[in-house]
Amino acid sequence: MKHSLALLVEDRPGVLTHISGLISRRGFNIASIAASSTEQADITRISLVVEVENKDELEQVIAQIEKLVQIVAVIDLTEEDHISRELALIKVAATPEARADISGVADIFRARVVDVHPESMVIELTGEEKKVDAFCKMMEKHGIIEIIRTGEVFLSRLPESAVQTAERERRY
Amino acid sequence: MELTGAQIVVNALKKAGVDTVFGYPGGQALPLYDALYDSGIRHILTRHEQGAVHAADGYARATGKVGVCISTSGPGATNLITGIATANMDSVPLVCITCQVPRVMIGKDSFQEADIVGITTPITKHNFLLRQVEQLPRVIAKAFHIAASGRPGPVVIDIPKNIQVEKTTHVEATEEELHMKGYRPLYAGREEDVQAVVNALRNAKKPLFFIGGGLVSANMTDAFRHLAEKTGIPVVASLMGLSGYPTREKFHLGMPGMHGTYAANMAITECDLLLGLGVRFDDRVTGEIKGFAPHAQIAHFDVDVSEINKNVHTPLRVPGDLAWSLPLFANLAEVNPQGLQAWQDQVMTWKLDHPLPYPKNATGLLKPQEVIKAIDGAKEEDAIVVTDVGQHQMWTAQYCNFQEPRSFITSGGLGTMGYGLPAAIGAQLAKPGKEVWMVSGDGSIMMNCQEIATASEYELPIKVVILNNRGLGMVRQWQRMFFGNRYSGSKHEKGTDFARLAEAMDAKGIKVEKREDLAKAITEAKNCPGPIFLDVRVEDDENVLPMVAPGATIDHMTE
Repeated sequence: MKHSLALLVEDRPGVLTHISGLISRRGFNIASIAASSTEQADITRISLVVEVENKDELEQVIAQIEKLVQIVAVIDLTEEDHISRELALIKVAATPEARADISGVADIFRARVVDVHPESMVIELTGEEKKVDAFCKMMEKHGIIEIIRTGEVFLSRLPESAVQTAERERRY
Repeated sequence: MELTGAQIVVNALKKAGVDTVFGYPGGQALPLYDALYDSGIRHILTRHEQGAVHAADGYARATGKVGVCISTSGPGATNLITGIATANMDSVPLVCITCQVPRVMIGKDSFQEADIVGITTPITKHNFLLRQVEQLPRVIAKAFHIAASGRPGPVVIDIPKNIQVEKTTHVEATEEELHMKGYRPLYAGREEDVQAVVNALRNAKKPLFFIGGGLVSANMTDAFRHLAEKTGIPVVASLMGLSGYPTREKFHLGMPGMHGTYAANMAITECDLLLGLGVRFDDRVTGEIKGFAPHAQIAHFDVDVSEINKNVHTPLRVPGDLAWSLPLFANLAEVNPQGLQAWQDQVMTWKLDHPLPYPKNATGLLKPQEVIKAIDGAKEEDAIVVTDVGQHQMWTAQYCNFQEPRSFITSGGLGTMGYGLPAAIGAQLAKPGKEVWMVSGDGSIMMNCQEIATASEYELPIKVVILNNRGLGMVRQWQRMFFGNRYSGSKHEKGTDFARLAEAMDAKGIKVEKREDLAKAITEAKNCPGPIFLDVRVEDDENVLPMVAPGATIDHMTE
């Protein structure tokens, strides 16, 4: 099962390597990982999707991450009410005859055509992972030249920051 | 006041209470060494950086203080790796200062450059690469705090040479600078977690304590001793926890696991409540995990939350420092009102009916177990015993008695051959008044035998006993048992004369080839004012028993 973890970490060089290394070294799989700056200057937020077999494994992943000195908070948003988004840029082979169909599908998915070339088009799509997957599938028949996806980022719907959630839920 | 980076380091070390450092200088470490020169801090020059880090580790294990070692950049720093990994596996507090090429040279594949922060990330509790001289006061203070608090561990500080020579007026860290957002070592947990174990204990008919290195590093061995006495619950101890409870105590059943005692393994298999204190349920203890403590509810007290429920299913979890949880548990603990008599009788039957195998009336070459028994008989009750890794290590764990915490120093988790001699040097320097014995094998001793020179240099009266079976005993045991006697790469055809090797480095060396010479040699070792090495020729093909084969459950022992 996939779990969406929000990690707040002290910003220092190599922190992303440290965390991804830790997870793979302990034998767990990373489905996606994305890092960015936050509203606090010295805090980086890492959106991590891990694949685990069961609840024990999930607890172990979280405990191992929390143990790192530079980790400020880890919040599992999987079961929380949250918004999840991924950005994808998809370059599709597009002959002039295919353009209309591609644009039509893009409209249905609320994607945008951001570039057109005589032989291809680039579509920008934002949404949950499943939506991006579904769109990519629709484009397959035209021939996908390349895809780039940012990995999921997620935010809880609660009127508080992740740090506050973590403080509230801290057990020890 | 303006100071150089190197001077700040020295001041910060003093402020952290450091009196001794172990190290080996080199190009990028020269400014730091210059500051050390007249600092009042004792610098112990080992003969190899690996010796320095293991010595700092031995110093730390003997005292509970943070051990400190220093190396130059590149190869100096990479030579520390095995020692850092050793300390990390056994939760030993170390601060390792590795010097680095100047900041502008980093990333250029400069002479003696290695990415030591990158290399040590998976084997340290934390590490730092200095970027500005102003960071030094806070980084060093944080490093000591991180190394010693919570679950202890090694911390690396990588200091580029330019930072050692740059000057700053910012020589003390402010309170604000020392604050760490992410690091909150756990102290107190939740009382209800302790209460749950108390309730389980009241209902248990066959409770068992399982103690580990965490009990020793939390300095809670006295409190535990009272608890064990008060409750009468039998005790088994991991390799790291063996000295956590006096081994001569009636209900100390010894070490469980692969080379554990019959009583310890059976007690784990039959108990109905296993109370783990500062342990990590290592595979060498559990054997086949599915058959480990099959009738027991497992309770686990540990300062490191990530250890709990990691290897074994643990319904009763008590995260928290043992300094918090153990006194609380001891206050509330009461055993089953029906008493533990039947269970105590059972474990004592196992203990008495299945003693460790011991060769009686042996003839021919000395048996290694006899040698360990002789050391145990001769050593002071509070002596520190250090080992290398292999058969001799297991025999020492089995046949030696340890009456005081921190009196048994050995590389448990990583199993580092070559650990023993430098660790003994560190332990002896830390405890000059204590007798230090080091038991090794002809394989292990060679892996850091250059440190004989260090022991001589500082006139340390370490008594080294080398069980010489002309080969790699533990490897050969496995080859005998599981590979049809095919001794691939495990024989020393031309034996080394360790007595002469010791003499070459100005230490005393004695060769012991006959049974009748052993007692005299041990007495001589005991009385020797400097380092002494006994090269004791023992039986080649002795097995460490009992043994649980890999993949078997621990109640299936070859005795």
